[in-house]
Amino acid sequence: MTNSPMKNDLVCLTLAEAKVGLHQKKFSAVELTKAYLQAMEQHRSLNAYILETPELALESAKKSDERLAKGEGRELEGIPLAIKDLFCTEGIQTTAGSHILEGFKPAYESTVSANLKNAGAVCLGKTNMDEFAMGSANITSYYGNVINPWKRADGKDLTPGGSSGGSASAVARGLAVAATGTDTGGSIRQPAAFSGIVGVKPTYGRCSRWGVVAFASSLDQAGPMTRDVRDAALMLEVMAGYDPKDSTSAPVDVPSFEMAMTQGVKGLRVGIPKEYRLEGMHEDLVALWERGTQWLKEAGAEIVDISLPHTKYSLPTYYVLAPAEASSNLARYDGVRYGLRVPGKTLDELYENTRSDGFGVEVQRRILIGTYVLSAGYYDAYYLKAQRVRKLIAQDFEVAFQKVDVILTPTTPTAAFALDEKPTDPVVMYLNDVLTVPANLAGLPAISIPAGLSKEGLPLGLQLIGPAFDENVLFRAGRVLEENASFKPILER
Amino acid sequence: MDNRYIYEGASGPWELVIGLEVHAQIVSQSKLFSGAATAFGANPNTQVSLVDAAMPGMLPVINEVCVTQAIKTGLGINAEINLVSIFDRKNYFYADLPSGYQISQFNHPIVGKGYLDIELEDGTLRRIGITRLHLEQDAGKSIHDQHPEKSYIDLNRCGVGLMEIVSEPDIRSAEEASAYVRKLRAIVRCLGTCDGNMDQGSMRVDVNVSVRKAGEPFGTRAEIKNVNSIKFLALAIHHEAERQIAILEGGGEIVQETRLFDAGLGITRSMRSKEHAHDYRYFPDPDLPPLVITTDMVESIRASMPELPDDKKARLMQDYELSAYDASLLVLEAETATYFEEGLKCLQQLTSKTAKLLTNWLIGEVFAALNREGKTLEECPVSSARLAGLINQIQSGVISGKIAKEVFLLMWESGEEAAVLIEKHGLKQVSDDGPILLIIDKVLGEHPDKVAEYQAGKDKLFGFFVGLVMKNMGGKANPELVNKLLKGRLG
Repeated sequence: MTNSPMKNDLVCLTLAEAKVGLHQKKFSAVELTKAYLQAMEQHRSLNAYILETPELALESAKKSDERLAKGEGRELEGIPLAIKDLFCTEGIQTTAGSHILEGFKPAYESTVSANLKNAGAVCLGKTNMDEFAMGSANITSYYGNVINPWKRADGKDLTPGGSSGGSASAVARGLAVAATGTDTGGSIRQPAAFSGIVGVKPTYGRCSRWGVVAFASSLDQAGPMTRDVRDAALMLEVMAGYDPKDSTSAPVDVPSFEMAMTQGVKGLRVGIPKEYRLEGMHEDLVALWERGTQWLKEAGAEIVDISLPHTKYSLPTYYVLAPAEASSNLARYDGVRYGLRVPGKTLDELYENTRSDGFGVEVQRRILIGTYVLSAGYYDAYYLKAQRVRKLIAQDFEVAFQKVDVILTPTTPTAAFALDEKPTDPVVMYLNDVLTVPANLAGLPAISIPAGLSKEGLPLGLQLIGPAFDENVLFRAGRVLEENASFKPILER
Repeated sequence: MDNRYIYEGASGPWELVIGLEVHAQIVSQSKLFSGAATAFGANPNTQVSLVDAAMPGMLPVINEVCVTQAIKTGLGINAEINLVSIFDRKNYFYADLPSGYQISQFNHPIVGKGYLDIELEDGTLRRIGITRLHLEQDAGKSIHDQHPEKSYIDLNRCGVGLMEIVSEPDIRSAEEASAYVRKLRAIVRCLGTCDGNMDQGSMRVDVNVSVRKAGEPFGTRAEIKNVNSIKFLALAIHHEAERQIAILEGGGEIVQETRLFDAGLGITRSMRSKEHAHDYRYFPDPDLPPLVITTDMVESIRASMPELPDDKKARLMQDYELSAYDASLLVLEAETATYFEEGLKCLQQLTSKTAKLLTNWLIGEVFAALNREGKTLEECPVSSARLAGLINQIQSGVISGKIAKEVFLLMWESGEEAAVLIEKHGLKQVSDDGPILLIIDKVLGEHPDKVAEYQAGKDKLFGFFVGLVMKNMGGKANPELVNKLLKGRLG
C-alpha cells in the first residue's frame, strides 16, 4: 500500500532520512525511486508533473546504487527529486508551462539541475507551473492547473499556489523527496505556504540562473522546496554556488546551512515590520504571526518593531519591472528557431500567429504591460520611476538590518483558495504576492515555514527575510519556528 | 564661407553637414558575449553558440578582449574612457536577431568624447569631434535570394562585437568624410582593434547628411545605412546632397528617414517606411552588471599602445625631412608604414635623400604597379628589402634612375634581387670614359652636318647627341658622364 500514511512508508521520509536509509542500505535507490514513481502514478490527478521520466529515473537510481555499494555516494546520491519545468534539462522536454515550448528538448542542462544531478540526485520528472512562472495559482499553465493535496471541509479543489505549484504539490503529497522552484515575486514561498512545505528564495546571485528560462532576470532566483528546514539547507548547499556563465551570479562561498540551522536564535534580533500588518489580512494569519513572534522570543530572540516605509509601493513597482523585463526576455519565442511555429505569409504574420497561439492570456497581458512601460514617452514615468522606488525599498531593508538580524512576517495574506474561487480581476490575484515581492525587489533571501493551520484546516506559512547572503539566519530562525509549530504535513494525516 | 564647402544649387550656395557612425568589427577570437568564433567566411551557422541562438535560459558574459580593444581604440581617438558603462537592450523583432534585442550601450558608453585630425589633399588640417564609442553586438544575416518564398538565416555574425564610433556633425564635404574614415581605419588597423576590411563588412558606415544655407541651423537629416566603401561614401554624399537641395529648392521638405545607397544606380533610396518606425524600448540589460574598468587597466593599455599614425608621421617628417603629404601617405595604412620602415633598415646609406628616394619609389612605382594589378601591398612581389636594394644600386651609381625603372619591372616579374638582375641582364651603368668616348666619336662622325650646326650656335642639338649616345649604349651610360664628355668633345 503506497498511500499508507505511516511514517515508515518510503515516500514519507525526508531527504535527510532517506539519505541515512540509503547509506545504511535499509533500502536501495531503485526501491526508493520505484516508491515515488508509484505515488506519482497514483496521484496523477493532482497534475503536479508536466513530464514524468520513470525510465531515466530508474536508470539513474541504478547507477546511484552502484556508487552507494562502493561507498562512493555523493551528497544527494539516489535522492529522487522533481525539477520545475523552468529549468532546462538536457534531452528532456522543457516547456516553462507554455504551449510555445511544447516539445522543446534543450541540448544543455541548467547549472542548478546539473549541480543536483552531479551530487547524485535522481530526476523523477518536470513539474507543472504557471506559464513562464507568471501566476500565483498555477492556473496559467498550458498543461492544466495543479491541485493542492490539501482539502477544505467543503471538499473543493484548492490551488497549490504558484508559480511553482507543481513542485509544491509534489513535495507535499510525497511525489518527490524535494523539488526545485524559482521565485520572482513569491513563486517558491507562496506555494510552499499553501501546500504546507518549506520553500527558500535565496539571495539574488546565490544560485546560477544559467539554463533557467528567464522571466524577469533581475528578480528570478532558484531555490529548494522541501519537507523541512534541514532538507532545504541540504539541498540549497548543492544548488548554490558561483557560476561564471551567469554574470549576476555572486562569487561568494556557500556555507554549511545545515550546521547553521542548529545554532538557535538566542540573542538574535527579530524585526516585526508594521507595514506588513495588511488591512484584510486573515485573522488566522495575524494570530499565527503573533504565535511565531512569541516562539522566537521564548527561544531567546529579541523582538524589535521596525518600519519598512516603502512596502506599499512594492507591488506596483514589481508589476512594472517584472513585465518590462519579461517583454524583452520572451521576445526570443518567435517561431523561428525552436518551439512552436505557426506559419504566416510574412515574417510579421509568423510572429503574430506563433505568439498569439503559443502564449496564454496572462503571459500576453504581461508582455503588453512590459512593452507599454518601456515605450518612448512612458519609460520615465513607469520603468525609470519603478527603478527608483526599487532602490528605496532596498534601502528600507538596509536601514532595518542595522537594527535587526532577521525579519518575521506571514508569507501570504490568506490560505489557499479554491480553484473555482480564483479572482477574475488579475490585480486581486497579484495581491497574493504582496508580502513576498519586497524580498525579490531587494534581492534578499527569504524562507517560508509551514507554521500552522487556518480555521478551515489549511496550511499557513511564516516568512523570514534575512540580509543579503545571510541565509544562515533564515535556517536558524526557521528551525526554531519549525520545532515550535510541530506542523503535521498532509502526508502524515 | 570657405569655397571648398559650397555646394552650388539653383538658388545659390548650400552647405553640407555630415556626421558619421562607423561600425567597426572588433578583432577578437570570440564574440562579444559568447565563446563562438568570429572568423570571416565560415560555412553558414557553424559559428553559433547557444547564447547567439538565444536558446532559453542562456546568458551573456562579456568578453574581456573586446573591452580592451574598445579602450585601446578610445585612446587612439583621443577620447575619455568611462570607468563605468552600462549595457542596454535595444528591442526589435527580426529573424536574424534571435533574442529579439541587440545588446548595446545607450546612455553610458564605454568611451566618451574624442577627436580625429584629418588632412585634406591641399594640406589643410581639420579636427573632427567624436561624440562617443560604444560596444554592441552585430546581428545575423538574412538571405532572401535562395528560395522563392523562404528566407535563410546565417547566425555566424550574430553576436560579433562591434564598436560604433559616432562623429559630431563636424564634417562639411565628401572629401572630409572620406579622409575621416581613412584616418579612423588607419588608427584601428595600427592598433589591431579592427581589420578595417570594408569589402568584408568589418567596417561599415552610416552617413547622416543634411544641407543648409550658410549661417542657418542644421537642416533635417537623412541617414544612409551601411555604406561599405570609401568610394561609395563620397558618391552617396554627393547624391544625397543633390537630392536634398533639389527637394528644398522645389519647395519641399526633407523627411527624416533611413536610406540605402544603391551602388549600381549611384543613388540613395528610402529604406523604411514611416509605419515601421521603431521604438527600440531601450533599458539596462538585467543580465549584465555595469561594466567597471579600473584606471590601472586603462593605463596599462595605454602603455602597450603602438605608435599611432599621427605620431609616426611627425617622426618621419622630423627624422627624414619628408613632406607632410608624403608622410601622411606612408602612415595611412599600417602595412605601408611597416614596408617603408623595413625598407629603411635595408638602405646602405640612410640619409634624408635615400629616405626620400625610397618614399618616391614606394608611393610612385610600387603603388602604381599594385593598382595596375589590383594587388595589396601584402601581395607585392617586390619586398621592402628588395626595393631598398634597388635604391642602393641607384645611390651607388651602379644604375641610373631610368634603368632602375627597367630593373624594377624585372624584379616585379621575377622577385629577384636588383643586383642579380642588373648582372644577369647587363644593365650596369657604364661610368668609364673610354667606352663612352668611343661612342661619342662614332656619333659625331656620323653627323658632321649637325656638329657644324651646333657649333654655329644651335644649342638645342646637344640633347640630340646625348640621346644618340645613350641609345647606342643601350641606356647604360652614366648620364652625367655622357654630358661632361660630350661637352668636352664639342668644345
